[in-house]
Order: sequence, then structure tokens, then C-alpha cells
Amino acid sequence: MSDKLKMARQFIQALPHSMALGMELQELGDGSAEITMPYDEKLIGDPKTGVISGGAVSALMDTCCGAAVMSHPSNPAATATMDLRIEYLRAAKPGQTITTRATCYHVTRSVAFVRATATDEDAENLVATATGTFTVEGHK
Amino acid sequence: MTKHRKPEPVQVVKQRRDGVLRAMVEGVPYIRFLGIEFERRGDELTGVMPFSEQLIGNPILPALHGGATAAFLEVTAIITLSWGLIWEDMESGALDLDNLDSDHLPRLPKTIDFTVDYLRTGLPRDAYARARINRSGRRYASVHVEAWQDNRSRIFAQATGHFLMPQRRG
Repeated sequence: MSDKLKMARQFIQALPHSMALGMELQELGDGSAEITMPYDEKLIGDPKTGVISGGAVSALMDTCCGAAVMSHPSNPAATATMDLRIEYLRAAKPGQTITTRATCYHVTRSVAFVRATATDEDAENLVATATGTFTVEGHK
Repeated sequence: MTKHRKPEPVQVVKQRRDGVLRAMVEGVPYIRFLGIEFERRGDELTGVMPFSEQLIGNPILPALHGGATAAFLEVTAIITLSWGLIWEDMESGALDLDNLDSDHLPRLPKTIDFTVDYLRTGLPRDAYARARINRSGRRYASVHVEAWQDNRSRIFAQATGHFLMPQRRG
């Protein structure tokens, strides 16, 4: 495992909220990240259908966008979410793992711009999309 | 002279409203998982998210996870919207108070989009939120939510979202 991936895994494992939601980092590098979150009954937002809560998807998107910023070649020392907009295109299928992919497509001295998508096991049809701006706290 | 209905005893009113609110909130596993509660003053709701270690996103600062803050804002928006929808049926007696499970309660509104503005670091302590329904139509609603911690005037996050309203049966 590359040092960077090891570092990133440790980074996620150090985030109690991401751990509590069962997030797993799958890929990381050069300003992009992929994180999965297996289905769990505690994440249900609609008790009638068992569909996962929008809030849980938000948390996953936010973590994935933050990881993408941290992995950018400009090496930010830390980051925080400034603004995050999420569009919920369709309900995620109950029982299926959610996969998010985020790309940090531009970084200035102070701001990082990120886009992300989320899918369930039907990878062709997006569940949600996100656009975010993140702070850049110095460079290593 | 017209006959006036005797006002209901205050305890009956409180028991009914608190019971419906509790059923709505406790019916959603993710709200329970985050530990979010709602306080009620008449029809006004305040969401309360008591601090817990599992809400931490940055252990060094430490700070609340942006995702926990986003979920808290979204939950407050949805419950406030749903509370507004259910109020009339609850007060008129149209709502069956003996069956308040998810099969009998109205469906919750669905989030179409949600934009969170992070103004300050979420501190490791309790957070509060209140939602304002800017528009509530038959199909769509637009809601603004603000969250604060120690000082009501120092908002640490705010959000605006659009929601698809549940369609009434029949």
C-alpha cells in the first residue's frame, strides 16, 4: 500500500463520525477519492421504505470531498467545508452499498473546488451529486 | 347566544402534541442514531443534537463533522415541514392517535436539494437548530435552517433546501 493511501486510511479512521457511519476508503490520489458506505438499518431516513437518510449521504459526500482535497498534489495541511450543495436524484436502493467519488478540480492558495457523485449498486444511475468549496489551511 | 365548545384541558392538548411529535421523531432510525431530539413550544420546534464523541469529524481541534452538522440541519428541516403538515389533522381529530407508526403517519417530505453554508467550526458541545418554512406548496417546499451552539446570534451553520411534499391519499 502506498504511503499516501496508508495515510489517508488512517485519516478516515481518525474521524469518529465517518467510522460510526461505517465508511471505507477505497481509492485516493491526485485530488480524487472513492469512499463506500455499506447499508445499515441505523442509517434509515424513511421508515416506510427503508431508504437511507439524505443526511447520511451528505456525511459520506462531505468526507469524500474532504479526502479529495487532502490528496491534491498541492498538499494542503488541513481543510474544512465552506459550502456543500447536494442534489438527490433518486432514492438509493435499500440494502445496497453507497459509493461516492469526489474530484478536487481546482485549488487556489485558500480555496479548493470539489465535485462528487454517489451511486448504489446500479452504477449507471446516479443517486446524488454534490458541489463543494473547501478551505485550504496552509501547505505542507 | 352561540354555544362555545369547552376548551380542552391543557394536559390533554400537550399529551396529544408531544405524543405525535415523539412518534414522528422516534420512527426514524437515523434521527435516533444521531441522538437528535425536538423541543416544542406550541407549534414551534427546536432541534437539539446533544454532543457525543461519534459526531466528531476533526479529532485534533476537536470539531463536529460537517456531515453530522448537515444531517442535523436536514433532519430539522424535514421534521419541521412534516410537523406543519400534520398539525391540522392532529388538532381536528382526523389523525388516528392510537396508531402512530410509520404505516399510519403521513410520509415524510423528500429532499430534492440541500445547500449547507458552514460559518464557524462546530464545537464539541450541544447544537440547536430551527427551521423557517419560506414556501410550502402542494408539491414543493423551500426551507431555511439555522444552527447555533452557545449563542443564538452566533450561527455556526445554515442551510436552504427544497423538498418534495408527500401526496395525500385519495
